[in-house]
Amino acid sequence: MNSIEFNEEKFNYVADVEIEYKALPGLTKEIIEEISEVKNEPKWMRELRIKSLKIFQTWHDPRFGVDISEVDLNKIIPYIKPKAKKTTTWEEVPDEIKNAFDRLGIPEAERKYFAGVGAQFDSEIVYQNIKNELQKLGIIFLDMESAVKEYPDLVKEYFMKLVPPHDHKFAALHGAIWSGGTFLYVPKGVKVPLPLQAYFLMSNPGMSQLEHTIIVADEGSEVTFIEGCSAPRYNVINLHTGMVEIYVKKDAKVKYMTIQNWSKNTYNLNTKRSIVEENGVMSWVSGSLGSMKTMLYPMTILKGKGAKTESLGITYAGPGQHMDTGSKVVHLAPYTSSTIDARSISAGGGWAFYRGLLRIGNEAKKSKSHVQCSALMLDNNSKSDTVPIIEVHNSDSDIGHEARIGRIKDEQIFYLMSRGLSEVEAKSLIVKGFIEPIVKSLPFEYAVELNRLIEMEIESSIG
Amino acid sequence: MKKLLQIKDLHAVLTEDGTEILKGVNLEIDVNELHAIMGPNGSGKSTLANVIMGNPKYKVTKGDILFEGESIIDLPTNERAMKGIFMTFQHPFEIDGIKFSSFLITAFRKLHGDDESFSQLNSILKERVQNLAVSEDFLDRFLNVGFSGGEKKKAEILQAYFLKPKLLILDEIDSGLDVDALRIVANQIKEIRKRGTSVLIITHYKRILDYLDVDKVHIYVDGKIVKSGDIGLANEVEEKGYAIVKR
Repeated sequence: MNSIEFNEEKFNYVADVEIEYKALPGLTKEIIEEISEVKNEPKWMRELRIKSLKIFQTWHDPRFGVDISEVDLNKIIPYIKPKAKKTTTWEEVPDEIKNAFDRLGIPEAERKYFAGVGAQFDSEIVYQNIKNELQKLGIIFLDMESAVKEYPDLVKEYFMKLVPPHDHKFAALHGAIWSGGTFLYVPKGVKVPLPLQAYFLMSNPGMSQLEHTIIVADEGSEVTFIEGCSAPRYNVINLHTGMVEIYVKKDAKVKYMTIQNWSKNTYNLNTKRSIVEENGVMSWVSGSLGSMKTMLYPMTILKGKGAKTESLGITYAGPGQHMDTGSKVVHLAPYTSSTIDARSISAGGGWAFYRGLLRIGNEAKKSKSHVQCSALMLDNNSKSDTVPIIEVHNSDSDIGHEARIGRIKDEQIFYLMSRGLSEVEAKSLIVKGFIEPIVKSLPFEYAVELNRLIEMEIESSIG
Repeated sequence: MKKLLQIKDLHAVLTEDGTEILKGVNLEIDVNELHAIMGPNGSGKSTLANVIMGNPKYKVTKGDILFEGESIIDLPTNERAMKGIFMTFQHPFEIDGIKFSSFLITAFRKLHGDDESFSQLNSILKERVQNLAVSEDFLDRFLNVGFSGGEKKKAEILQAYFLKPKLLILDEIDSGLDVDALRIVANQIKEIRKRGTSVLIITHYKRILDYLDVDKVHIYVDGKIVKSGDIGLANEVEEKGYAIVKR
């Protein structure tokens, strides 16, 4: 269990790593062309970047969610390439970088729990490997840059097709300066026995990380993908604008789990979307703990008959944090079903906002959906809001909705303290109980990790 | 030798608005004694229990509470629990998502360290629960969630037994219990008493006292103890009502 020993210090570790190339701050056509040049990209990708930049320049800021007026994109460094070759063995990763991942227990966890791991340091993947026997089954598990070059047709078919650059301002930004991330293709009928993991580390102040992840689960295949992220804390703003596009084909099953633990100077403006074909299943599990401000609404489009999705989310908003999170589901076909269970905790003046959308289309007859959002406030100065939008465009579907907002009462704390628990332990216990239905669906080691992270957050919220 | 509990001229107010509720309580309880406090509704008996346990809803304005000779009025509730004080609640809270058994083991380890293994503690619990006439899944249910009134009281008394306090304060443990449940709870108290645990039992009614060996009975009216005596005093109250102490 050593691999999941967590403490603040570990996340705050600053790796002193040589930089091979660092773009100038700001967003100009020249800077973007240069990034593309450094990456030695094909023409179509360079054009996609330039086109995205143009769209970006026409877009206004989102008119909902967190206040991003302090984010000055002209000061953010769009791209930092560490001096490290991409490799498939940890021995070849430069010591300083390897050290940073070692502290997070990534290589050890890879040996124990995962079928493969990708590790991104700043803007580039430095390590990506998958167990040999899985590669033989035809699974493609590559960093996105290599995939663009080695499987151009496949990547082109999926890259920003689900979330096009004109989707919103930060989608356009992503299209212009994306870097790193994973391309995963699971062939027909292949069931990946262990999860695959990607871990993202940001190490430089004032930088942005915009990794792009694509998962294509071909017919009847199954895969679980886990992403984790962290960064040491700086006084300047860091920006994370990643994108995840997941294509779940007929009868395939994808589970995507995230534990987001960015440092509290990070703006996390992330887009995740999946499209599910006939009888496919998409499950999202999101733990949003870190960052200063987050906007994240994993979305599922149920396109094929009988497609299913489940979205479980835990959001923690501590002091100074504004977390705007939620789930979106669009039912487009008959007999589709969805379940959303979102739970938020706010403490020490934090603000948790649930923003969700459920849309049942006219064609989606006999569909079923259950939406539940619950909020728990640990004290009187924390905030919680809930905006679950539900649109139903046919009269032949079965929809359930529950919302609960609660605040921990002094008397509850007194009761638990009279049994020997400290105030922090009492609050942690109540929170642990509150998120239990979600945590119990996680693999054991992740459940332990999440509970510990939350206990740490509560401790710092109260102390 | 130091008394287990000494309460000296204790005054306490509601933190919220300063209303005085305890108006000069004096009480001494020795090791291995059982004291009963009886009094009419609204006299502030339960407040006394809550102030001993350190409920932040109340503030001590005068006087002191000594436990084993040391003042505890500045200690947070959990440190009072660590010293060996335990109170059963009239209305125990429901904590969703936390299994009763794992809560008990967590609390036990906070109070007594983790020398005993999880399975040792678990088997003690399984054995204890046999005596309570509750459903088999009692320990596997979430803490107090969906428990009936009687089950909540039984859960409280099980905690009291398992967590081995030196002083057990029973705040109206008997209210709302039917005869069978009352007998079960009283038997548990007797077993706890066998370990030499002192008990302070707060009640409206004499009926639970009939099951127990009572060392002292105190009549409590309007924020203080107005009369103390042996079990005979409880009998007198039962016959004539609290009027015996009012003029």
